[in-house]
Amino acid sequence: MRRNTRALENKQGETGQLGQLQPGVTLQDRYLILGILGAGGMSSVYKGRDLHFPNVTKLVAVKEMINLAADPTMYEMIVRNFEREADLLATLSHPAIPRIYDYFSQETSSYLVMEFIEGRDLEALLRETDTFLPTDKVVGWAVELCDVMIYLHNHQPQPVVFRDMKPSNVMIDQHGHIRLIDFGIARVFQPGLKGTMIGTEGYSPPEQYRGEASPPGDIYALGATLHHLLTRRDPRAEPPFSFNDRPIREINADVSAELEQVIYTALSYDPKDRYATADSMRMALVTAARQTGILVSPQGAPTVRMHSDVQEIWSFECEDELRGSPVLDAGLLYIGCYDNNLYALDAKSGAFRWKYATEGGIPTRPAVDGNTVYVGSEDQRLYAVSADSGKLIWTYYTEAPVRSSPAIFEGFIFFGSDDNHLHVVNAANGRRAWRAEAAAPVRSSPLVADERVYFGCESGDFYCVDFRGELKWRFKAKRAITSSPVMVEGVIYFGSMDWTLYALESEGGWQIWRYRMGKPTISSPAYAEGKLIIGCADGNVYCVDARNNREVWRFATEHQVNGSPIVQEDSVYCGSVDGSMYCLDLRSGRKRWSYPTKGPIVGTPVIANSILYFGSNDHRVYALLT
Amino acid sequence: MDLLKKLFPKSKPRPASTEGAKTAPLDPSLAGPPPSPPALHLVVGIAQSPGIERTHNEDAVMAVHGTIGGLELLQDFGIFLVADGMGGHRSGEVASAISARTVTARLTDSALSAMTEGNDAYAEPLQDLVRDALEEANQLVVERVPGGGTTLTVAVLLGQQITLGHVGDSRAYLIEPRNTRVLTRDHSLVKRLEELGQLTAEEADTHPQRNVLYRAIGQGANLEVDVTSHLFPAGGQLLLCSDGLWGLVPDPEIERIVTEAATAQIACEQLVAAANAAGGPDNITAVLVRQNRN
Repeated sequence: MRRNTRALENKQGETGQLGQLQPGVTLQDRYLILGILGAGGMSSVYKGRDLHFPNVTKLVAVKEMINLAADPTMYEMIVRNFEREADLLATLSHPAIPRIYDYFSQETSSYLVMEFIEGRDLEALLRETDTFLPTDKVVGWAVELCDVMIYLHNHQPQPVVFRDMKPSNVMIDQHGHIRLIDFGIARVFQPGLKGTMIGTEGYSPPEQYRGEASPPGDIYALGATLHHLLTRRDPRAEPPFSFNDRPIREINADVSAELEQVIYTALSYDPKDRYATADSMRMALVTAARQTGILVSPQGAPTVRMHSDVQEIWSFECEDELRGSPVLDAGLLYIGCYDNNLYALDAKSGAFRWKYATEGGIPTRPAVDGNTVYVGSEDQRLYAVSADSGKLIWTYYTEAPVRSSPAIFEGFIFFGSDDNHLHVVNAANGRRAWRAEAAAPVRSSPLVADERVYFGCESGDFYCVDFRGELKWRFKAKRAITSSPVMVEGVIYFGSMDWTLYALESEGGWQIWRYRMGKPTISSPAYAEGKLIIGCADGNVYCVDARNNREVWRFATEHQVNGSPIVQEDSVYCGSVDGSMYCLDLRSGRKRWSYPTKGPIVGTPVIANSILYFGSNDHRVYALLT
Repeated sequence: MDLLKKLFPKSKPRPASTEGAKTAPLDPSLAGPPPSPPALHLVVGIAQSPGIERTHNEDAVMAVHGTIGGLELLQDFGIFLVADGMGGHRSGEVASAISARTVTARLTDSALSAMTEGNDAYAEPLQDLVRDALEEANQLVVERVPGGGTTLTVAVLLGQQITLGHVGDSRAYLIEPRNTRVLTRDHSLVKRLEELGQLTAEEADTHPQRNVLYRAIGQGANLEVDVTSHLFPAGGQLLLCSDGLWGLVPDPEIERIVTEAATAQIACEQLVAAANAAGGPDNITAVLVRQNRN
């Protein structure tokens, strides 16, 4: 790609890539460019120094508009728009509006010299944080934004409509006050013509599409800005006017119903249904804040409503930690324990039926087929045990501990071992059908589908082999893949210790997308309603759109989430090392309830008939009625 | 970039497994794999017409696809694109052409070489490549074609997956017998008003602003691109088209033509003819991708 480099005769110094002014360039013998603050479209903003004040460093912001339009009418129009911004700013005087010092043109560029504001814009603030901004702060900014709107809308001789309220146009200065920047919208819309486009940033009111600009439009955009700040959901990534599809309080429980109501009033589709003036919106904001005490005192701990309608039906005590996961079949719950036993319990009552003693801890999930239970143990073996009696049917030896859960497919058991192999064993007799070598221990549980076996390994390799064990493709993550894959519509999903959730095309192993989390993960993703849910060692349960890698929500537990979530209807169930089992709303990620145990929960629960079963490191198996 | 070298490496890219997956078929019941069906190959048809009322063509179209027979080195892959330019002074056709070229160049360069070089976490994911390609096109149009803009819908076919990059109101259809779906969402104001219940479907069809888009290439520095991946089922057909086609020819008719036509090329020609027969007020572009077994 050829880059345009402009020759600027009146400027001392050089222009660099994409024609931006380089530090050291002086404009008009007065403004020394120190660096770039931002660039986009046809304009760039620089940090500069006013050399007319040689004894002090007077900083200025220099906004440069480069006019590349070849068409003379277009060229004229762009210059006029820029001049309009200069003229407008020159007539305004308000603490939240930057002062203008100078305006000039040279060559194909025009320049505005303005007050330099030390601080960050709200979009940058959102980008640099990953938790919700404090509601009281947002409300404080909102009130200040109303104040400057009141000033603009009551300006004489004519009201000024800002027209471009959005987080990136609001700066928070070093004193914590808001400053409006960029009065340069004045975009000319030409509706009606075939194929005409109009500009929007996702914050614009519906009537702006018709070319109307009025004070209620600014109120709408302020509502949109507040919605974005409080939900962290960027409206530019969503269809226009879809704020109601993302209810604020479902996303951010810290927002009061009163505040939510103010924002949705501002976001009314019909301008008549919004606040008539910025003044009335300001009053509503202050009232809502007063009701909930936001403006009076820093808010207390967020109030999370606990569902009390979860109750323990039974629990069963074993002799050591339960790190594995249960499986349910024909009224019996099977679960392995670090006391070396595989337990069979009555699912309704928790009554003990039988146990089978292996010679090592059982960190896996058993599998049941017909009348046989299969389970791997750290004693290096896979066991087939009668489901009725708990009697041994056969044993299969690997050469290292088994930490991968078995998958059953057409009479064969597929599982990995720390002996660096995927093993395939005939379910009827325990004889090896074949095994496939991996580069490191295989702790990921294999996925068997479409005559392919997919599994990860501790070296970070992810393999796809056919039913003879021949490699079809291999993918390499940066760290171990302990997580077990799931496949939906030809895409394989799994997590890795390299902090990433991967989506791979199943035929060739090509990366479709990836999603980066805050820490490594060994949790396996669950799929429901087009979403993936996965736990992470950073303590979060993440929900990500399966079609692309957009985060839908995340929920923070108080410790690592190493177990895997499951989904039943619209509920996500997931345990945490903080000791609690959580139930979350699938659509919003909001907590429905949590149930504390006395030890970390690192296994995956199972649910049937509204009863949730799981083991905890407090040595107990729990059955909760949800 | 030496794409051909990557597509046809001298030696096999990688021997099976790290040290060669050791296979020991001890159990006779699992010995031989079932005979796998013949590979699916992509067959492409393209047709374009400026329409009856227009003299010049602002639509751009691109199709790049590859088939490698014999050794199972690669599956068929393809990059297909439709862009519908807009704006006065011929800036529409410049915008769609620049965008089509930029996106195709970017994707053939990085996506195809990533495909052929192997799979690892260091390679950029396909969806990121698609998004970057459209953002790059946007940047160029914003800088070079003030007042111009374009829709753009690009499909990258790889294995079983269609990965789409999309802005504007051109469309991607997945057509299966008795099941036709639009995979893209029109970024048009009227469509949005219809979704909100502010307009009925009939009002939307005749609305004077039905061509106004809320998202397109060339609108501003920030472009939000819709990127999604979908299963390309065996027997499915992928149609990319500009609104010059779908705005004039009803979906059931599109489905009928595509399902009944003998070849992909004939289908595209019939689609364009149907749009012209309905008045042809706009440029018409259709790209159809079929999967044939051989």
